[in-house]
Amino acid sequence: MGPSNSNNNTCERSCCRVAMFSGLKEKVGEVLLPGDEFSLETDDTISLTEHVKPEKVVCGPGLRRSGDRLLVCKSGVLRHKQPNMFWMDSQQRRYVPAKGETVIGIVTVKSGDVFKVDFGGSEQASLSYLAFEGATKRNRPNVQVGDLVFSQFIIANKDMEPELVCMDSSGRANGMGVFGGGGLLFSVSLGLVRRLLSPHSGVLSDLQQLFPCELVVGMNGRLWVKSSSVQQTLVISNLLQSCDTMTAQQRQQLFRRVAQGAL
Amino acid sequence: MANDSVKLSKNLLRMKFMQRGLDAETKKQLEEDEKRIISDEHWYLDLPEFKAKENLIIEEKSFVPCEDLKYGRISFKGFNPEVEKLMLLMNPKEEEEEEEEEVSRMQTDVTDEEMALRYESLVESMKKKFAKKRERAAVSADVNSNVVESDTKRVFLKPQD
Repeated sequence: MGPSNSNNNTCERSCCRVAMFSGLKEKVGEVLLPGDEFSLETDDTISLTEHVKPEKVVCGPGLRRSGDRLLVCKSGVLRHKQPNMFWMDSQQRRYVPAKGETVIGIVTVKSGDVFKVDFGGSEQASLSYLAFEGATKRNRPNVQVGDLVFSQFIIANKDMEPELVCMDSSGRANGMGVFGGGGLLFSVSLGLVRRLLSPHSGVLSDLQQLFPCELVVGMNGRLWVKSSSVQQTLVISNLLQSCDTMTAQQRQQLFRRVAQGAL
Repeated sequence: MANDSVKLSKNLLRMKFMQRGLDAETKKQLEEDEKRIISDEHWYLDLPEFKAKENLIIEEKSFVPCEDLKYGRISFKGFNPEVEKLMLLMNPKEEEEEEEEEVSRMQTDVTDEEMALRYESLVESMKKKFAKKRERAAVSADVNSNVVESDTKRVFLKPQD
């Protein structure tokens, strides 16, 4: 894990960060398990010749900071993005809310000024009736129990009740809010959701060639599909659900068969 | 005045409205006293100095910034035009290159010649504006074709029945 066999140009920087960086970078693409750790050794020797600004490391989901060390807390593959972002790529179905993520929730309780929304996590989230576009104290949004809402986490941490809003910071809905009429809601793994939303997604480009349809993708693993007929909606939902465990080749083959009308 | 102030109590002298009449020395002394009282009353914990180290690890709980995930509303083949508009709005990644082009084009959007031409016509229209009503016709005629004005004097034409 030491910096000895890392690339040479990093050695020139007399920064303490180098040790950890190379340790992390060497492991990119490898499987790591919870409990693995990277120590961040801060050298006490300060170089006098140049002032090196210490670089910051962004640790994404699956990595946790504990003092000066970086702990792995999810099993999976370590990923890296320039300049220094690291995260664990893991497969799971249980959703843990994260601030800023958009999810599909189901309104379960309507009580006074907050709605309770089930998003598939450990706890229900609260959603204020004022957190909709154009809502005021007088003008309440029309939300019923059982409605689907596409909304964004504004509070999500392990100690507090998660809170959702249906608008962005400038008060616009931007596609969030109550939706769903004539569509179908189903759940897939979180990995598939990420594959669907990733830029240049193969699944989406395959799906694009089938029928005109609309998708709402929640980061919590919920998918909502609407198409011009019930049959097409069902076909798309079945395809997406089976995509989870298929290779790209198998998927393309299946999609081709559907496009030809075999299914 | 000085003799009077000796008799007054210190607490009274510390009041705001009494400060005007005080001379510099007593003022200074009073301030020092006040400072001492404040520092005596000030509590502090006898702890070693806590040195906060700069945090070099930033935690990010969401996958969205890591994997550059797109917005979760998608529509294909014009099924929901509103959502397709939203997709363009919310996923600006792909248009980045185009935007750069736009910026570079914007810098040379109006060439110097174009600007000169534009101002030329502007000068004319401003001239027209300040010209009097009768002159205006003359000005426009002059501008448009440089035709020498025909000397037809306007007269009232009696309408035919």
